[in-house]
Amino acid sequence: MNAPRPLPRLQAAWAWCEDRLDLASPRLNPLRHLGSIALLMFWVLVASGIYLYAMIDTSVDDAHASIDRLSREQWYLGGLLRSMHRYAADVLVLTTVLHLLREWSFGRFRRFRAATWWTGVALLPLITVSAIGGFWLNWDQLGQYSAIATAEWLDWWPLFASPFTRNFLGAASISDRLFSLFVFVHIGVPLLMVFGLWFHLRRLAHAAVWPPRPMLWTMLSLLLGLAAVAPVLSHAPADLTRVPEVLAYDWILLFVHPLVTVTSSTAVWLATLGLLALLLLLPFWRGAAVAAPAVAEVDPAHCSGCRRCVADCPYDAIRMVEHPTRRGFALAEVDADACASCGICVGSCPSSTPFRSMQHLRTGIDMPQQPIDALRRALRERLGQASAKSALVVFGCDHAAPVRALEAGDVAAFSLICSGMLPPSFIEYALRDGAAGVLVATCRDGGCAFRLGQRWTAQRLAREREPALRATVPTEKFACVAAGPGDILAVSEALARLRAQTTGETRSQVAVESPAR
Amino acid sequence: MSSQAARWIGQIVLYAAFAAAIAVLSQWPEYRPVAADQALLKVSFLHHGQRLQACVEQTPQELAKLPPNMRAPTRCPRERSPVTVEVELDGSLVYRQTAAPSGLSRDGTASVYRSIPVTAGAHRVHVRIRDSARSEGFDFEHEGVVQFDPLQVRVVDFSAEQGGITIR
Repeated sequence: MNAPRPLPRLQAAWAWCEDRLDLASPRLNPLRHLGSIALLMFWVLVASGIYLYAMIDTSVDDAHASIDRLSREQWYLGGLLRSMHRYAADVLVLTTVLHLLREWSFGRFRRFRAATWWTGVALLPLITVSAIGGFWLNWDQLGQYSAIATAEWLDWWPLFASPFTRNFLGAASISDRLFSLFVFVHIGVPLLMVFGLWFHLRRLAHAAVWPPRPMLWTMLSLLLGLAAVAPVLSHAPADLTRVPEVLAYDWILLFVHPLVTVTSSTAVWLATLGLLALLLLLPFWRGAAVAAPAVAEVDPAHCSGCRRCVADCPYDAIRMVEHPTRRGFALAEVDADACASCGICVGSCPSSTPFRSMQHLRTGIDMPQQPIDALRRALRERLGQASAKSALVVFGCDHAAPVRALEAGDVAAFSLICSGMLPPSFIEYALRDGAAGVLVATCRDGGCAFRLGQRWTAQRLAREREPALRATVPTEKFACVAAGPGDILAVSEALARLRAQTTGETRSQVAVESPAR
Repeated sequence: MSSQAARWIGQIVLYAAFAAAIAVLSQWPEYRPVAADQALLKVSFLHHGQRLQACVEQTPQELAKLPPNMRAPTRCPRERSPVTVEVELDGSLVYRQTAAPSGLSRDGTASVYRSIPVTAGAHRVHVRIRDSARSEGFDFEHEGVVQFDPLQVRVVDFSAEQGGITIR
């Protein structure tokens, strides 16, 4: 068996942090749901923004007074929504940046993920522009400072005959027409974001548009609590004849203005454009990446056209076409550019059952680098060895805990590309072939390298998703454990529990052959 | 305390810390764009520099060669002169800028914008603008004592048609 490949340092560091924050439940771990939290914040912004837009006056003379009135006279609704609007923008920016860092640290920006990465990067400037533009609509001293600082920064480009800054030289130069531009920036840009989000999520099947329900209510409660405890209030009305003396400053959304002040417009433009270019070019960077693995291959002779692979593919890489030889039948077709080579389709294919009597197991869709036949042969061979009588079988995942480290005389460990690649019938097959028990080790909830492998596996073993584990398989004979890449001890402990459950033998845990990553 | 209870407490503490970080960073630390005893002098104007070459009368022969709709009696080269501005504060030069005319034919307005921090108090301000091809001297000048209150913004503007340089 191969030794587990060590994780890149950055990925290991992130995975370590992520695992530590699985405190009460992975479903409450914000690091595992950054994208869906950011989306939730976006919808909170849209919902609260619609109410605020309906209630406030978007003119130079009355904008400040109407918003201030909302905070003071209607604090129980308008005031709370205004504060939630601001805090949701703060959380949106923070979670978006963390989401980007997470995907970057895990190397998830190449090949089939490139389009999702690019569209995500394109959303960054839109989020920033929209967030900063929101301060101008209030037209208090903070909005005045931000509007002038932004105009000064934009005027670095010698493109406009009349500099933006001339709009802010005196009260006479501010008009309702300029406020219409503010409204466009703050409302028009988020509309562009909706299109951007659609492109961003297009290639993800079953995209997590909402975080898990416990997380959703936690985040909404957090926003409401913040709005109640620390309501957002306006500064004094804008006065272009004076510089604001002291600003209660939002460093999350407006960090760019002081950055320009302490460096220069040139430096910040170069840094911004350089960073965006770097992020956009990242998918072309080979780095330590290995060659692209083979994609799933369909065998027309064994594909029944059942569509389960289409339903389970996390990247929408499979579609059904007309079968070339069997009239009236459909055939799965793999989009090689979109295929993640995860093998989840193999686990979903009913033809992947090892009980088929053919000498060489052929299935409807298979992974050339780890054919299902090879797994069946290896399992048979291992359970056929004299030392493996009443052995425990462990099926793991190359991206989760390194289960091969558990390999021993009475433990047969198999690591798959993804735990979702395991057809549930292999559990029954192993038990019938003499295994005392079977342990399936997946990634943690929300930590699957291919998004849905852990979820589908858990549902298949719980008999909630086809192909489901048959009801005749005794529940005490198998177990499922979710463990991250650095969490081999959790798998070892689960194995010890399964051993005690199936054989009555009590060992605190199974010895680990090589240290965990 | 059971391990599960400790984990729940940890989760609550984590969210509380996250909320506190959001609350703090969205309002604190306070930011002062300029020091309390400072004011700003903003120099900003848009101005067409003078033509680099004078208009010339076209001869009847030259006009006859042109299409009827283009027979203007005078021909004016489009390019404008850059505009140079200098600002002195109490005798010291604090700003000097030569702004090129905008446009591909260099026939648009030259624009100037600069925000200059000034210590509050009375200061002698001397503004000079050159908008012609001359190499020495200035076409417009304004000098006077200007009172700057703390945090006040004073604006140097310029319009040749409306009295030249103004400080408001």
